[in-house]
Amino acid sequence: MARAFTPKVVTANDLLEGDVIYLTAANTWTRELHAAELITDEAEAQLRLLEAQSQPQIAVGAYLADAKPGEQGPEPTHFREEFRRTGPSNYAHGKQEAKLEATADV
Amino acid sequence: MYKYNDFDSAFLAERNRQFRTQVERRIDGALTEDEFKPLRLMNGLYLQLHAYMLRVAIPYGTLNPNQMRALALLAAKWDKGYGHFTTRQNIQYNWPKLKDVPDMLDALAEVSLHAIQTSGNTIRNVTADHFAGAAADEIEDPRPIAELIRQWSTDHPEFQFMGRKFKIAVSGASNDRAVLKAHDLAVQIVKNDEGEVGYQVLVGGGLGRTPMIGKVLNEFVAADDLLPYIESVISVWNQLGRRDNKYKARIKITVHELGLEKIRELTEERFAQVRPTFGGADQALFQDIQRHFAAPEFRDGGTEGFDAAYDSDPVFRAWADTNLAAHKAPGHAIVTISTKKHGATPGDATAEQMREMADIAEEFAYGELRISHEQNVILPHVHKNDLPAIHARLKAADLATANIGLISDIIACPGMDYCALATARSIPVAQEIATRFEDLKMEHDVGHLQIKISGCINACGHHHVGHIGILGLDRAGVENYQITLGGDATETAAIGTRTGPGFAYDEIVPAVERIVATYLEQRESAEEEFLQTYRRVGMEPFKAALYPASEKKVA
Repeated sequence: MARAFTPKVVTANDLLEGDVIYLTAANTWTRELHAAELITDEAEAQLRLLEAQSQPQIAVGAYLADAKPGEQGPEPTHFREEFRRTGPSNYAHGKQEAKLEATADV
Repeated sequence: MYKYNDFDSAFLAERNRQFRTQVERRIDGALTEDEFKPLRLMNGLYLQLHAYMLRVAIPYGTLNPNQMRALALLAAKWDKGYGHFTTRQNIQYNWPKLKDVPDMLDALAEVSLHAIQTSGNTIRNVTADHFAGAAADEIEDPRPIAELIRQWSTDHPEFQFMGRKFKIAVSGASNDRAVLKAHDLAVQIVKNDEGEVGYQVLVGGGLGRTPMIGKVLNEFVAADDLLPYIESVISVWNQLGRRDNKYKARIKITVHELGLEKIRELTEERFAQVRPTFGGADQALFQDIQRHFAAPEFRDGGTEGFDAAYDSDPVFRAWADTNLAAHKAPGHAIVTISTKKHGATPGDATAEQMREMADIAEEFAYGELRISHEQNVILPHVHKNDLPAIHARLKAADLATANIGLISDIIACPGMDYCALATARSIPVAQEIATRFEDLKMEHDVGHLQIKISGCINACGHHHVGHIGILGLDRAGVENYQITLGGDATETAAIGTRTGPGFAYDEIVPAVERIVATYLEQRESAEEEFLQTYRRVGMEPFKAALYPASEKKVA
């Protein structure tokens, strides 16, 4: 039996920066998983992926990643996606660094 | 050390110019990612979890101070202030931007460094014994051979798009410090009964999902036959190696499927065709290369300064006991600088540390540095009287950790903190093991024990050949760590044996502690090292300590 479809986000790496990006419902790209579009329909997910793949000047290696709804937006269900939206665990680099800087500004 | 001639410099400049235009064409849309990817990989540029990663070759692990300073410059100017030394004697930068990479490569070219063939299905950076040219147990410096192979393999038209990558290592010493038997092809410098120097060629070693120990393909290849012989081996594999399945494409599988005898026979046939095409130009080149590797003129003089510091300073003594190795010249030693401070990321060095090591090498160490596959930095030639001053400088730079060969001198791949292929993290596991044994103040009592950690089955962290190997996997969406025992990365190479079911992330450090406790109980004396004890008593006592509940169930 085919496995039930689980919600997805479209994610990729940015061509110039190399960092993790997500597709929004407005068909723009965001660096925040919370701002990504959570896709609950399987056919729609494939279509959205094709749309992402048609933007090779922005997104590299687009794929569908499992996600679940959260209070602020999509949340990861797998630790790989948790690392991708955060950064490495040995230094406060990557997305967590940008967040720390943003907090420091406030 | 090898110095580029005009041809080398022009070749590298042209190659960098080509890559610069390839990057421009990718950015302006003339190249698709599918077209660009093989080109960027061939120039060492990966796209990882959080960013691009640039892998720079450190040919046979040898650097001069200016090259080390250039590595520091890249870290400070285009990255986040540090670099990561790898298990193949390369350095990786984890945060470059695509547009900056051509400038990074040009900065490297100024000091004769490059990132060519550090990825892709090509012949990769040739690695060597990190004590080459200095070790007391060496027949001959293997680096001229490594440099010859580097020049021959760079942009070799037959070997740019092979079925899979091909890794070569060379050594001229009786003790294998280059993990020769885990390479696709390895060259061991030997002497025959007549006293002539030649090469034993091993083939078919490798780690990854199907670990294999390399086998001797030819006991003695004459000096002027080496390059055509290697070309024949790779040519045979390139033609016969499987391209239907990337997991079965490496030469170890070809050797396994066809048998060593068949590979030998095909190599001999191919050699008969290839050898006449080598008209001696390679030997003329080799003789020129050899001149570049003449040993420095080692200083004379006693070692009173060293002896006095050794007797009076316990911190210096502890460091000298673990971090020095025997040098071929009187009054000299080989220094291993540990990048494995307890709790630090194995293999990482900051730009400041790189500059300080470059300065120390220039002032005290005949201007030479090495990177080991164990992810440490080596000063291959040091007069012992300079060691107290070097130690003081290293201490000030946070580089004086006295742990070489001990439990905290861990090899770890970048794992899921950086690598797109990883299935689990490696770095935090290494950090926690090192910190735990430092807290317990046990590591000097435990003695020589190598832990090697990989964050996926590809085994960049050499877990199969660790005395204790740790492999991080994804088990149903959770990090899980399998342990192997009894691996050996030396001339007595062996693949470790799995203990049994894996351990969760928060169970892995306690599991290692139980293994070490079992070793301390079982060893016959403090002189019996972990591997010796394991070989004597076998897996059972360790299994009993790791899986007490299941033991009871069986009983």
